[in-house]
Amino acid sequence: MLGRKGSKLKIQPKRVSKDSLMGNEVKYIVEPQDFLFGETEAEKLELDCGQRFGPVNIRYETYGELDAGGNNAILVLHALTGDAHVSGYHGVDDLKPGWWNDMIGSGKWIDTEKYFVVCSNILGGCSGTTGPRSINPETRKPYNLDFPIITIGDMVKAQYRLMKHLGIKKWLSMVGGSMGGMQALEWVTRFPDAVGSVIPVATTARLSSQSIAFDWVGREAITADSKWREGNYEQQVPEQGLATARMLAHITYLSDESMANKFGRELQESGSYSFGFGRDFAVESYLQYQGQRFVERFDANSYLYITRAMDYFDISADSDGDLIKALENVKSSFLVIAFSSDWLFPPAQSHDIVNALLKNGVDVSFCEVQSGYGHDAFLLEVETLGRMVSDFIRNRYQEICND
Amino acid sequence: MINSLKEKLAKRPDLLKMADIITDNASVLDLGCGSGSFLRLLRASKKIRGVGLEMNQDKIIECIANGVNVIQSDLNTGLHFSDDSFDFVVLSRTLQAVERPDLLLREMLRVGRKGVISFINIGYYRARAQMIFRGRMPETKILPSRWYNTDNIHLCTMNDFRALCQELNVRITEEIPLGHKPAWMMNMRPNLFAPICLFVVERE
Repeated sequence: MLGRKGSKLKIQPKRVSKDSLMGNEVKYIVEPQDFLFGETEAEKLELDCGQRFGPVNIRYETYGELDAGGNNAILVLHALTGDAHVSGYHGVDDLKPGWWNDMIGSGKWIDTEKYFVVCSNILGGCSGTTGPRSINPETRKPYNLDFPIITIGDMVKAQYRLMKHLGIKKWLSMVGGSMGGMQALEWVTRFPDAVGSVIPVATTARLSSQSIAFDWVGREAITADSKWREGNYEQQVPEQGLATARMLAHITYLSDESMANKFGRELQESGSYSFGFGRDFAVESYLQYQGQRFVERFDANSYLYITRAMDYFDISADSDGDLIKALENVKSSFLVIAFSSDWLFPPAQSHDIVNALLKNGVDVSFCEVQSGYGHDAFLLEVETLGRMVSDFIRNRYQEICND
Repeated sequence: MINSLKEKLAKRPDLLKMADIITDNASVLDLGCGSGSFLRLLRASKKIRGVGLEMNQDKIIECIANGVNVIQSDLNTGLHFSDDSFDFVVLSRTLQAVERPDLLLREMLRVGRKGVISFINIGYYRARAQMIFRGRMPETKILPSRWYNTDNIHLCTMNDFRALCQELNVRITEEIPLGHKPAWMMNMRPNLFAPICLFVVERE
């Protein structure tokens, strides 16, 4: 994965094919694509920190086809540890589909027979897009901590380049949960003419002190791991630190209720206390498993950079904290969705967004979905979310087609 | 399409009357908008720009399917809009269910220029008769719940509402009794013979 060079432009955005039947299930095979830009000084990406950065590779996947008018493009924005692989399978033998496979696909809530869906790995990520573990062409070594500090806005600027590359003039809609929702808010403020409608889910207009605190502890766990070596780890990655960061974060994605339902005080193997410090409880075992799994697919330095980008996220930073003013140039219509038991980005933070939009006379709908799943609800309440997302986008598409 | 939307609201004469009152191209806030049928009708028949407030999640999902802007919101926490955001603020049969009808009325006329309000008139003779002859709290077709489990915690008569408007310096520009035949009786003694009534109000 390190520094993989982008295969050159494939303009025809048609990469989903119906493939082999597995039982009753048709596996949709999607081929990840790469878009490389910023190789010349002029083309480099101007980052919020002031630095000009390049080259940048963007790993992305597309589903469905762009219609003749270019009106049916939907951008899906992934969360902290997501990637471009949002739906379908990479190969026939692939066991796990993309992370939002229940939501997106042929005949699904976001129907790829009708819409052209794009999802790209964020700048700073570790799933194909240029990030801290990519090879710095100047040194031929991984950037590690020489990678510039990036913001959510920088991620969006990179996505904007991809949009131009794909020949899309305006997104019919974009949808993102958690950090994906933050990107969506950056889109509508930085590129108001490029976004027809937007669906921020379980998100916030600025990262709260509580979330910054969790991010800090997560990064502390990574940097305190002796294998981290100031970011210059090689074969021996700081597994323990990254797993701890993940376990901590994972708790914030759940809720008291969902943990009580899932684990309660259930004991792991022995059925009685070990009178030691090993894994007695089911919840401990679960967290450890989550931590281990995460280490296999995610990079520690990326985790540092992306959480920092979230810390810096405040859509109202340029307007002295005035959210109403920050959203005054917005031209997109909104569907804002929050979840009742989400304590990482509580519904009140969505209320703030909604109220500021209303004060600006923006077309907005808002639903606080009753769910016990906590922040993770945005991936679990597929049916409720799907209905709203699908109807909302259908109505927006109809408006455009009637115009 | 307009006719089929009206048919859907056939059982709600107050809403059909409200639809007549609201002017073309107006901006409308519908408090307790349900599945959005009323806003949909107004959009089709009057080309209004509207948004609804609703508490119930299933209704909100229906609103979104109906293409109506809807905000999940509790009317008891105030209206989160700037002053004079709307030409009309509509409240149909919900006044009696909020914690503080007086505060909501004030909020309605802060965010909107006109308030259009319908409510169940507890001064209706059948309700009075139940009090007088049975000595019990009224239970009628439009008030089917018992006194202890009803959502209608602040029932009032038309006279009560007029008095409230006076207290709050709210001007009543129209007063329409509804739902009783013969109409002449109702028009002569609305507080006695109208089960439902509709008021159009504005700031003094």
